[in-house]
Amino acid sequence: MGIPPEYFLLLGTGLFTIGVIGVLTRRNIIVILMSIELILNAVNINLVAFSRLSGNVQGQVFALFVITDAVAEAAVGLGLIIALFRNKETVNADEIDLLKW
Amino acid sequence: MLAQGVFFILAAVALSSGVMVITRRNPIHSVLWLIVTLFSVGGIFLLQYAQFLFAVQIILYVGGIMVLYLFVIMLIRVETVVKQPPFSRQWPIGLAAVVVLAGELVWGIVKGAPSFRLSAPAQAGIDLRNTESLASVLYGNYLLPVEIASLLLLVAMVGAVLMAKKRFD
Repeated sequence: MGIPPEYFLLLGTGLFTIGVIGVLTRRNIIVILMSIELILNAVNINLVAFSRLSGNVQGQVFALFVITDAVAEAAVGLGLIIALFRNKETVNADEIDLLKW
Repeated sequence: MLAQGVFFILAAVALSSGVMVITRRNPIHSVLWLIVTLFSVGGIFLLQYAQFLFAVQIILYVGGIMVLYLFVIMLIRVETVVKQPPFSRQWPIGLAAVVVLAGELVWGIVKGAPSFRLSAPAQAGIDLRNTESLASVLYGNYLLPVEIASLLLLVAMVGAVLMAKKRFD
């Protein structure tokens, strides 16, 4: 008696939704980056669920690549935040409007 | 039955701590709640017999990326962030858009739930050699993507160093 696969997909949907809400509504860039980590984790849940469903490990390989991307994104994003804070003295997304007008 | 109970506990912990991540005012609290979320997602991986991904999740995410986040939060001034309003002005529009998106996704999954019940061949046996089979696929069929991923990590490392270094000109 296993767990129905749509439970995992619904859990992934929930985490994805929370992540998108964080990206769209928060002001702090660091929290926005953490919300992106939530979104990537939701994708990983889906990939592992489908990997188990189809009976091979290819989905887990793709989840590994997603984790690699998350690491690269965190490294570059946090470097950007440090450079931004050194120049503009803020980490709020709505105060960084140099290219806007 | 036991697996379902464990799943529901892990899912509840993951979702509630995810909500805590995006509602806390202090980013350090957000990081700590995100660690709870990542642990429960790792538990979900373990529940689906993805042992290697569980280990990667704990070692790499919780041990690596989250420490990086904490370092960066210590470099910026948190006490000024805490006093400011945490949500941006356009939050009602964003929330409405996401509610519509989530409704569509849930509707699609619930309506399409019977098509996810394939033949379920893997439900019977437990793959105790998960790491071994993962490695043989990763270094066999996916050798070129692994090399590209390593190149991506090199570029990210150089980019992060370049971004964060002081300019002396």
